[in-house]
Amino acid sequence: MPLSDSFFGQKFGITEHDLDSYLSEALSAGGDYADLYFEYLASSQLSIDESIVKSAVQGVSLGIGVRVISGERTGYAYSDDLSPEKIRKAARVAACIASGPSKVEKTGFEEVRGRDLYPIGIAPNETSLAERVELVKRADRAARAADRRVFQVQASYLDSLRQVLVATSDGILSTDRQPMTRLGVAVLAREGDGVAQRGYSGGGGRVGLEFFEIEKTPEHFAREAVRQAIVQLDATPAPAGEMTVVLGPGWPGVLLHEAVGHGLEADFNRKKVSAFSDRIGQQVASPLCTVIDDGTIRNRRGSLNVDDEGAPTQENVLIEKGILRGYLYDKLSSRLLRSSTTGSGRRESYQHIPMPRMTNTFMLAGDSDPEEIIRSTPRGLYCANFGGGQVDITSGNFVFSASESYLIEDGHITRPVRGATLTGNGPEALKHVSMVGHDLKLDEGIGMCGKEGQSVPVGVGIPTVKIDRMTVGGTAR
Amino acid sequence: MIAPELAAGAVRLALDRGATDAECTLAESEEFSAQVRMRSLEKLKDAGSCRAGLRVLIGQRVGSSHTSDLSGAGIRQMVESALAVAAISTEDPFAGLPDSSELGSLTVDLRLYSEDIHKFGTAARIQAAMEAEEAAFGTDPRITNSEGAAFGAYTGSRVFANSRGFAGSYRMSSCSLSATPVARQGDAMERDFWYSIARSHANLESPSAVGRRAAERAVRRLGARKIATQKVPVIFDPVTARSLIGNIFEAVEGDGIYRKASFLAGQLGERVASRNVTVIDDGTLPGLFGTSPFDDEGVPSRRTVVIDRGVLKSYLLNTYTAKKLALRTTGNASRGVTGNAGVGHGNFYLEKGDHPPEEIIRGIQQGLYVTELIGQGVNIVTGDYSRGAAGLWIENGEFAYPVSEITIAATLQQMLMDVEAAGTDLEFRGSVAAPTLLIREMTVSGR
Repeated sequence: MPLSDSFFGQKFGITEHDLDSYLSEALSAGGDYADLYFEYLASSQLSIDESIVKSAVQGVSLGIGVRVISGERTGYAYSDDLSPEKIRKAARVAACIASGPSKVEKTGFEEVRGRDLYPIGIAPNETSLAERVELVKRADRAARAADRRVFQVQASYLDSLRQVLVATSDGILSTDRQPMTRLGVAVLAREGDGVAQRGYSGGGGRVGLEFFEIEKTPEHFAREAVRQAIVQLDATPAPAGEMTVVLGPGWPGVLLHEAVGHGLEADFNRKKVSAFSDRIGQQVASPLCTVIDDGTIRNRRGSLNVDDEGAPTQENVLIEKGILRGYLYDKLSSRLLRSSTTGSGRRESYQHIPMPRMTNTFMLAGDSDPEEIIRSTPRGLYCANFGGGQVDITSGNFVFSASESYLIEDGHITRPVRGATLTGNGPEALKHVSMVGHDLKLDEGIGMCGKEGQSVPVGVGIPTVKIDRMTVGGTAR
Repeated sequence: MIAPELAAGAVRLALDRGATDAECTLAESEEFSAQVRMRSLEKLKDAGSCRAGLRVLIGQRVGSSHTSDLSGAGIRQMVESALAVAAISTEDPFAGLPDSSELGSLTVDLRLYSEDIHKFGTAARIQAAMEAEEAAFGTDPRITNSEGAAFGAYTGSRVFANSRGFAGSYRMSSCSLSATPVARQGDAMERDFWYSIARSHANLESPSAVGRRAAERAVRRLGARKIATQKVPVIFDPVTARSLIGNIFEAVEGDGIYRKASFLAGQLGERVASRNVTVIDDGTLPGLFGTSPFDDEGVPSRRTVVIDRGVLKSYLLNTYTAKKLALRTTGNASRGVTGNAGVGHGNFYLEKGDHPPEEIIRGIQQGLYVTELIGQGVNIVTGDYSRGAAGLWIENGEFAYPVSEITIAATLQQMLMDVEAAGTDLEFRGSVAAPTLLIREMTVSGR
């Protein structure tokens, strides 16, 4: 699409000549590279609580970020005003990082050819509010009808449409229109005067509203949230100590995100502060494990046509049959490590400096029957659902919190246990994987990843996996 | 500073366009950060932005909107947008603004803004970060790498106006210095960090003190072992005790209470903790980060005793949650720039006790001293607590060796009852604070 037909060309009259002059201003004090990131974000949020639509919010956020790179140095400034004076001022501030003549020879822009991983006609925020509010009302009704023990229901719906334009001094010009939606249901259930338990379920992606009619309905999320809360009513304290852990398919893939994903982001490895630094080619997992980060899966929450530096996303093999194959690069780390970008440069907004991030991270399916995996386990913990996790990339120690798990006794799943945190060490944990199921499943689209104060949407996935040894942090012996 | 009249103007426009009540927040901020790594400058960021948010009521229906476009057209669009979403919301009998009698602002100087924040230029700020990193390198030969050191400066202002006649504004400043060194011994690597943060430059700790402390924290983690699973006494240092107190806040804030989504719901007046536990929320302490002249609904900040020697005395409430519980607001409304207010805290802290921290450690035969907690494993509904931890093993009253890759677990109910001692070492590094705390027993899960 020519710039004049793009969102920023149409709405703000931005021309190639403007972009050229802003980039020249950014490189006026020297530097190897500069880029501009224009962002226009329209968002809405609707929620129902106690069967009342108590909160409805709409908003717009607009701005531009200017970055200058000189060697290992980055200068950054932003403005929420797109007037030429303000953009030039931001460019001059970012330029302060450099000194000396610029080494950049600019020769016009080449437009990144379009592909559309989220081909939706009408973005959710372009539909009527009444249509969207019906989704949370339906979720509320379904959750209340699902079980008499449910006493609180909150359902929330969020959508956003982000328009971006990236222009770089090495000649990239790319535009993208990035829709996102998510519907979530949280419930509390209680038996008589007993202890309350909560359940949560949600999902979405870079999809249109038809997703909630065809693929996952509000009723689906409502019933799943209720099911989780009801299971917890009978849960007993989780065990403590090292044991066999079987992860169910889907969202438990958050293990990969914490145990290996973050440690493979190239900024940490350039600085040699990751437990995975200098380990390319080494065995870091059992030969049953192949781990991929793929930003090109259609309609997924973690997918992008182009990353936030204008580079096309791609499928990146992180671990192949247990051997560490590659890191995730953004532009800066690929320049400094003489590699090429893997389309992993992401940022939260125009106010943030891009860095290497994950997109959709998952393990390829193996050939074990999931039921056989359970049958082969004399004693252990089966984890069906997780909250979040966290990792210390330097020591490699990570945790993730199970929100729905069960004891495995004599090859059978027996009874539910309460939430517990699991802990392990990144380069070691996956070496204990002894079986991988044929049932790879991606999560339903709720992941949010935080790094150095920036949040970006991500996806995860995993088949049923047996890990022979992992520390479970319950209270029961 | 943005013109406060802009907020009152947006409120008037909303009333003209059919709102029966309205409230508008403006927030402006300027941020600066300089990050150095391995003795050279790595990142420099310098920028500012403004936001406006509006919440309107049409009868008992509520709608909200926000924008980064503060032009006349931007404000008009924000007003229309809030009215449009109010039309699709449901009547909520509890929705409303605070009564006029509750509105107001503290008039004493709360020392939230200090002109000296601008005293240091970019070069001096970079230099301070360099010195912090250098001090870390100089502390121990095992500090061989670094994730860098950073100097940050922030100034901002907040304006709030509503249709009940409230109009107020205040400015804030802060600066911070941090260092994140990496220690190495053989193949093992550990990182840790330390920081200082203050509203005034004069109150910032020296770069050498920050760098040294960060290095000491990283080095003492080297050679960490994974210990056997067992039940032992656990000491939380002030950093991790602070995170535990943050969990207590989540359990006493009004939203979770009226929904019965907290293990402390229905416990007002009951003993919920040992006599060593007194928890205060105080939004009036000058110069601190939880201080403000009024909350995000225009109600004056105040001091509230939450737990008094183990007895639950008060929840923390905004106007909405107070109405739901038939209580009065405690001036704890909190929000970004728009939407229904949630509940936040002022300076939320556990009162210091009379045991020096060294004495608490000396009293332990065998136990865990926790210096880091990771992960989210805290369930406020049930009180279940299970988190990843790292720290130091105590034998015969002394630190024996570092431990990591473990979890600690109990319930918050039991942990509160089991607080056997609070240290004398309470200090504010942010808006939540606690001294060293000794918990009688928790399950440590390891090998």
